[in-house]
Amino acid sequence: MTRTTGSTTLDAQTTTTLPGAEVLLRALVEQGVEVIFGYPGGAVLPIYDALFKQNHIRHVLVRHEQAAVHAAEAYARSTGKVGVVLVTSGPGATNAVTGLLDAMMDSIPLVCLSGQVPTPLIGNDAFQEADTTGITRPVTKYNYLVRKPEDLAPAVHEAFAIARSGRPGPVLIDLPKNITVGDAPYVEAHAVTPRTTRMGSQPDRAAITRAVAAMKAGKRPLFYTGGGVINSGPQASAALRRLVELTGFPVTSTLMGLGAFPGTDQRFLGMLGMHGTYEANLAIHGCDVLIALGSRFDDRVTGRLDAFSPSSFKIHVDIDPSQINKIVHVNEGIVGDVGQIIDLMIEEWEKQPAYAHKSDLDAWWTQIESWRALDCLRFGQDKAPDAVIKPQQAIQRIYELARQTGRDTYVSTEVGQHQMWAAQFFRFDAPNRWLTSGGLGTMGYGLPAAVGAQIAHPDALVMDIAGEASTLMNIQELGTIAQYRLPVKIFIINNHYMGMVRQWQELLHGSRYSESYSDALPDFVKLAESFHATGLRVTRLDELDATIQKALEHNGPVLVDICVAEGENCFPMIPSGAAHNQMILGPEQEASSATISKEGQMLV
Amino acid sequence: MQVEVSGSAVISLLVDNESGALARIVELFSGRGYNIQSLTVAPVDEHGHTSRVNIVTTGTQSSIRQVKTQLERLVPVSRVVNLTAEGPYVAREMALVKVVSSGEPRTEALRIAQAFRARAVDTTASSFVFELTGSTDKLDSFIELMRPLGLVEVSRTGVASICRGPQTIQNF
Repeated sequence: MTRTTGSTTLDAQTTTTLPGAEVLLRALVEQGVEVIFGYPGGAVLPIYDALFKQNHIRHVLVRHEQAAVHAAEAYARSTGKVGVVLVTSGPGATNAVTGLLDAMMDSIPLVCLSGQVPTPLIGNDAFQEADTTGITRPVTKYNYLVRKPEDLAPAVHEAFAIARSGRPGPVLIDLPKNITVGDAPYVEAHAVTPRTTRMGSQPDRAAITRAVAAMKAGKRPLFYTGGGVINSGPQASAALRRLVELTGFPVTSTLMGLGAFPGTDQRFLGMLGMHGTYEANLAIHGCDVLIALGSRFDDRVTGRLDAFSPSSFKIHVDIDPSQINKIVHVNEGIVGDVGQIIDLMIEEWEKQPAYAHKSDLDAWWTQIESWRALDCLRFGQDKAPDAVIKPQQAIQRIYELARQTGRDTYVSTEVGQHQMWAAQFFRFDAPNRWLTSGGLGTMGYGLPAAVGAQIAHPDALVMDIAGEASTLMNIQELGTIAQYRLPVKIFIINNHYMGMVRQWQELLHGSRYSESYSDALPDFVKLAESFHATGLRVTRLDELDATIQKALEHNGPVLVDICVAEGENCFPMIPSGAAHNQMILGPEQEASSATISKEGQMLV
Repeated sequence: MQVEVSGSAVISLLVDNESGALARIVELFSGRGYNIQSLTVAPVDEHGHTSRVNIVTTGTQSSIRQVKTQLERLVPVSRVVNLTAEGPYVAREMALVKVVSSGEPRTEALRIAQAFRARAVDTTASSFVFELTGSTDKLDSFIELMRPLGLVEVSRTGVASICRGPQTIQNF
């Protein structure tokens, strides 16, 4: 057990020795870190002391370590940089676990620095000791326990390389206090060979040629794009636009991929999956060539597996080889950076004989337009001035009024119905603007995520579309918002229920609303005021627009309590265990509803 | 959907010899519901930086392909080869088998041990410890034969494996 990091070449002459905490910060600066989200404690005091004495890195003090991770996730997702978190040992590290798993599931590059008791005390049940590397092993891409001073700087450099390379993810470095107090040699990044270099390989050109040939043969083609396109960088989104332009094929996106292709484009069918649009889900069911770009066939997307896109030739592009053929057997798997592969697909598309199925594609579009004509997101809002606001109405108006401001806008969400409605109604023009917890579905994500996004983009409009139940899970972050005067706009879609739980209980459990009522809610207006923010409440339709406007125009933090209809369900919905052509539609669309099987109940 | 048949596979890995590397591998199997039948691990290079891990697992072909790609994602893992899929290989393990008996069963145990080329590495008036090296099948049948002859304890190493011919794990 000799090494903890990739190989280093130490040059005795240029080696500088500094206290470990200073070595750490120097390595962070070399890695381009500007902001750290953290919370101090005993085991990280030497690091906080070193932070105090420097000006390169800004520290943002959160109110809970979970929030530090979510803030760093949003920072990372909205900037394309690696997010950095600093927490203390024991409870500091265990509080970070949910955030780390969230980042793991959604492929967000993070480096989490955790304090640890001094190495001689490890294993002694010392105060605030936790087996942090053991606890976080399954929720990180990789983790380190730095036991020797000479391993410190190389570990930091390699951690950043691992976090951002391949399929990005969180990396944790556990730092015993004696390592940060004692002297350590500084090693520059170029002297470290990270083990990520083992993975690099060129995309399979022959597979791309075959894939494009299949696309050329497609009569009912469909792009199914995911978070991988966002992770690949803005140039991948630009390449996707060119590829769609060139082919004229329709595009649907996963929750995590929203923004990669413009939501307002005619060729965009909206999100697919459990709460995807009617046209996107029927298109995925009926297509004959499915081109999955940086998406991973999540169960929320596929529905019943044996009925998933039954007659299509499937092409899957992903940077992570383990995703290919994991859930759905594909005909052509291509491993590599999705942006680069889209570029190669464009090259290949132009090289191969012209697309010969234009009339079939036109017929396919006619079919899609007939599905789109159902207007599956339409809802019935009573137009009376004192009418109860429908949650869909609230979210749609927030979107439209925010768009009218013309400001660069970042949107975070909590988890539940409001998240799905936001995904349905918000149409993003650009990538990196949509911040949501997809894979893990972490309630309490949105408020700290808004903090992270606003720190990264101080002049942008940052909104958290929230539910009253979710947002209470990290409501303490109003303190962070106050401290840093972050002009975040929080819109609580308050239906007095854990709405998605309530919806499932209505549809699957005989309307027995077991423990899903949000009883004893705080007065959100007073709550906002107590945290030095502006609190607004709206209960009637005729005050909705003005209230949203007022919130958007205010230059400080605003929390809006939008009291909405309690019983609304989020449609369309593919009940678990059903196929894409068995959607339940809203009362406005009244179509046949699939009955939910016992098997479906178990799938959740 | 067609039902895939389950089979066993021998997977060999080269991993950095660092703290937690084995835990990562083992937790990947338990966390994703894969099965480990046997596991061996020991350093194999002259500096002790690299260890070789041999895992015998069972599953459908596609689940074993998944195991392999998941293992390849682990940072300290530099090489993963599914020897069963890649061609001829040798897989051997060692067992220590303790038999306590007297009279005819004791003589019979010794006779069978000789037929299997097992060595008695410890002998007392009432017991033998046999050492036997070979394929898993051979060890299994030896142990079965010893069962009625006073078998009281077995210790097995799990499989060490290597591909046949000049090819090495490095050039797959």
